[in-house]
Amino acid sequence: MLADLPLLSLTIWFPILGGIAILLAGDKGDAGGVRRLALAIAVVTFVISLGLYVDFDTSTSAMQFEEMAAWIPAFKINYHLGVDGFSMPLIILTTFITILVVLAGWDVIKKKPSQYLAAFLIMEGTMIGVFASLDAMLFYVFWEAMLIPMYIIIGVWGGPRRVYATIKFFIYTFFGSVFMLVALIYLYYKGGSFDILAMHQLPLNLHEQTLIFIAFLMAFAVKVPMWPVHTWLPDAHVEAPTGGSVILASIMLKIGGYGFVRFSMPIAPDAAHLLDWLVILMSLVAIVYIGFVALAQKDMKKLIAYSSIAHMGFVTLGLFVIFQILSNPVGVAGSAATLAVEGAMIQMISHGFIAGALFLMIGVLYDRMHTREIAAYGGVVHTMPIFTGFAMFFAMANAGLPGTSGFVGEFMVILASFHANFWYAFLAGLTMILGAAYTLWMVKRVFFGPVVNDDVRALADINARELLIMILLAIAVLAIGLWPSPIIDVLHATVTNFLHHISMTKLPLH
Amino acid sequence: MENLYLAIPLAPLVGSVIAGFFGAQIGRRGAHTVTILGVAVSFVLSLVVLYQHLYQHAPAVNATLYNWMIVGGIQFQVGFLIDNLTVMMMTVVSFVSLMVHIYTIGYMSDDLENWPKDSLAGVNSYQRFFSYIALFTFSMLMLVMSNNFMQLFFGWEAVGLVSYLLIGFWAVRPSAVYANLKAFIVNRVGDFGFMLGIAAVVMYAGSLNYADVFAKAHLMSTETMSLFPGHNWNVVSVICVLLFVGAMGKSAQIPLHVWLPDSMEGPTPISALIHAATMVTAGIFMVARMSPLYELSESALSLVMVTGALTALLMGLVGIVQNDIKRVIAYSTLSQLGYMTVALGASAYSAAVFHLMTHAFFKALLFLAAGSVIIAMHHEQDMRKMGGLKKYLPITYWTSLIGSLALIGFPGFSGFFSKDTIIDVVHHSTTGGHGFAYLCVLSAVFITAFYTFRLFFLVFHGEPRMDAHTKAHLHEPPWVVWLPLIMLAIPSVFIGGFTIGDVLFGNYFGSAIYISPHHEALAELGKHFHGAWAFMQEGFVGPAFYLAMFGVFSAWFIYMKRPEIAGVIKQKFALIDTLLVKKYYVDELYAWLFGGGSRLLGKGLWTFGDVRFIDGLLVNGSAQLVAWFALVTRRLQTGFLYHYAFAMIIGLLMLFGLGLFR
Repeated sequence: MLADLPLLSLTIWFPILGGIAILLAGDKGDAGGVRRLALAIAVVTFVISLGLYVDFDTSTSAMQFEEMAAWIPAFKINYHLGVDGFSMPLIILTTFITILVVLAGWDVIKKKPSQYLAAFLIMEGTMIGVFASLDAMLFYVFWEAMLIPMYIIIGVWGGPRRVYATIKFFIYTFFGSVFMLVALIYLYYKGGSFDILAMHQLPLNLHEQTLIFIAFLMAFAVKVPMWPVHTWLPDAHVEAPTGGSVILASIMLKIGGYGFVRFSMPIAPDAAHLLDWLVILMSLVAIVYIGFVALAQKDMKKLIAYSSIAHMGFVTLGLFVIFQILSNPVGVAGSAATLAVEGAMIQMISHGFIAGALFLMIGVLYDRMHTREIAAYGGVVHTMPIFTGFAMFFAMANAGLPGTSGFVGEFMVILASFHANFWYAFLAGLTMILGAAYTLWMVKRVFFGPVVNDDVRALADINARELLIMILLAIAVLAIGLWPSPIIDVLHATVTNFLHHISMTKLPLH
Repeated sequence: MENLYLAIPLAPLVGSVIAGFFGAQIGRRGAHTVTILGVAVSFVLSLVVLYQHLYQHAPAVNATLYNWMIVGGIQFQVGFLIDNLTVMMMTVVSFVSLMVHIYTIGYMSDDLENWPKDSLAGVNSYQRFFSYIALFTFSMLMLVMSNNFMQLFFGWEAVGLVSYLLIGFWAVRPSAVYANLKAFIVNRVGDFGFMLGIAAVVMYAGSLNYADVFAKAHLMSTETMSLFPGHNWNVVSVICVLLFVGAMGKSAQIPLHVWLPDSMEGPTPISALIHAATMVTAGIFMVARMSPLYELSESALSLVMVTGALTALLMGLVGIVQNDIKRVIAYSTLSQLGYMTVALGASAYSAAVFHLMTHAFFKALLFLAAGSVIIAMHHEQDMRKMGGLKKYLPITYWTSLIGSLALIGFPGFSGFFSKDTIIDVVHHSTTGGHGFAYLCVLSAVFITAFYTFRLFFLVFHGEPRMDAHTKAHLHEPPWVVWLPLIMLAIPSVFIGGFTIGDVLFGNYFGSAIYISPHHEALAELGKHFHGAWAFMQEGFVGPAFYLAMFGVFSAWFIYMKRPEIAGVIKQKFALIDTLLVKKYYVDELYAWLFGGGSRLLGKGLWTFGDVRFIDGLLVNGSAQLVAWFALVTRRLQTGFLYHYAFAMIIGLLMLFGLGLFR
């Protein structure tokens, strides 16, 4: 029944068309009506996307819900969609988070609400397009298209240094994507098609693979972001409005991680193997170096932005540590490699919820106090006890407490990386200390102690709308923490196939 | 059957959820009723299970509850292992927790006074407190009932979370929210090692379940791993040391002991429950549970023994100079945990767990009695402002005396049986460092007796030193406070003598604890064991008894008979006194090195790495370079024809030049 519908096209185009409709409706009428319409569109999109989970066949690694139509036949560019275990959970994450973002901006955004909401809905559709594309050119179009609403969101509704942040964001990401485009065009000439799955099978020599891998690395490392190309993220976060930060942290960063499993590693497995040390090094630096940097932050958003970089380090570590795991004869290598990749994927989804929640919480405080300086707060627990309860919960999730989703991915990646090298696990494990230190130290300074000033004394606890957002996120974080199986099971077939594919060399045998 | 086991941890969880989320609706009475009911259910059911295991010889149960996840054939599960070790822990935990719950009704009844008037967090603090301690009970039970490493880690971190929440319970106090952050982070250092230990277990055993791992223990002990090039370590030794780092954090062993004294910032009931009787003994329990691994690593056992011995001695010494009644008991707890750790190192796992049990009763008793004193003194904790309380608090006085006698190991009391065994076992042990450890634990006997009775005399005897107002209002607290004291005093006297025969020298633990044939110090002792009565009589002639008596006498002489001596000693040994008062400057060192150091490092990396280098030089620098280049090239476009002509001529000359010199 569901399978007969073009579910992927619906999840992509319904919010985009809805966003355009809201744009056309404009701000002349009642702002409440626009908001309700946007919320309805977001909820319906989420419900449609749930169909992907319900009808998902966990026994196969093949693409599902495939759609295919010729788009630009002259260049063999197709409108080709489909999902597997990697992309499907990320699409549902996107549709879920978008609902919360619409809710979060409810009566906070007073300036041009219709354009604000439209931007998010259009962005939602394009991001889903990125995850669902099986044609490289289609992917690239969505990849660039999703950035436009984001520039607008930061540039129009952003903070005082929004122009600097937007340009930095633009140049960084554009710098990366240009190299990716070159790589895609090369692959097209080489293989004669933009079909991503065909690119996976395309034989390439080591020289070609290396150049292609580096080109992709530039694009995806900026997106993740990996150290040392991460400095756009804290600036973008600080200047972005709450909703922008949430989308950025929860979903856009994941597109970088997704790129590695969809492009870099399957297309250039031998180069990935050859250069895995580089990515592992960058990941470990991200985890440790950025952990210390987060400790020094005075702005809450900057702190959480740095924390995001450190947590995303687990994604790239988990993905690239597999080559060394598989080459280690001791222990249960196959299991550990699976653990690493699935841990990386769970980490992405979990981080989507936790970072989203933390940015929303900072938004709640910012809406009331109009500052994100940690020093401006103190003793918030006395005026906002319910909010503090949630803050405590999400902070603990960010610190990787077992029982929350934050634990699952880190635990899996640390266990797995031990198989590759004790010191990888050691350095990654430091996050248990650093993550707790920077997160809980911030919590202590903001929420505990006596009330420090009259602004804090005048704070009102969260309202029903904010409570609803917090509860939804808390349920997600807790559910994954207590029972990750439902998501893990979606991944199994895809990960097994992925590991099989990348462990097969594309080079001619000597 | 399994539903019965499941009900034991879930009952307090249900109570906790109700009291936590609906505290405002059900009120104070509702909150304490529902949580006490939950804990009472788990206590009664624990007794049922204990009965089944003791008298019906129920076999050990190893059952899986649900699959958390299965990845690559590795099963991550939640399940129970119910053997005699677990059953003992369950009974102790649920009993002490029940007593503490009842006590809390009295202790927290006027908690509103601890909060600022307009604080909304103070409104339902009473209900929240009950929710937390019930949640703690759930977590602790899950920890001890686990049959695998992952659930152990879950419980391990969950008790840490509740400890964090409760140390900082009075969130308005800067000292409390400093202490809980410190406690959590120091514990995380331990958990970091613990996590790596678990990772090593998964790698070499391919499973997280105790049974599978223990079955492979011998095989693993033949493998080596290399941490530094050229150095190979035995896999089991590495695992044991890493796991022990976790135990050092949770059970506050040197050098990760710094959080426990500060944890006294929390309300007294949790000092009794979490920071004396149960959570801090999780490390001891864990090592005992892992005996099949530790038995295969002499080096790990040595490390365990020496760490414990140092903690027992050095922390006891600090206890002598404390003036805060709770801090004296806290240092005493550290020292006693050291005793348990020494026993583990001597392969006397059952002696460690036995001391864990007796200690849980008498130390909870001492803390709750201290709490009773604190209530009577209107939240004054400085012993220098107490004195002569015997007259006003008779029940507290007598129960404290029982607890103190048990703590110093007076023959006949529970603590005597467990502690004397540990001292004897260390004496007979062959683990590396046993001579040093024996010296430490023996000297610690004197120290324990000294600080215990220093506290006892300062608080209950001598002239009252409090102000007139406090003195006029001194009276015994309500029954909810003194009843738990009496209930805990009973096992503090009797449990040791009653159970020593079975637990230590009988076959109580059965297969739950494995001891290698090379480590039979305890079995050696068993050959000379002729019942509790004879053991007690022998206790009167051992060196430990005389040391303890000398300690009590010294405390009496210095603090009762000739109080001026204390001042003289303090002056004569000012250096040592300062060293002890400053707790060997470890806190200062850590605050400077790790606290300050990591903040400085963070700031440095941020300023020089991110802001100056990456952003300043690379990002903005390349932007400036582009701008500069554009500026320069723009100047070239002057629009004057002769400029262009000149450039062309230069260019042509250069081309010719190249052609000529090739």
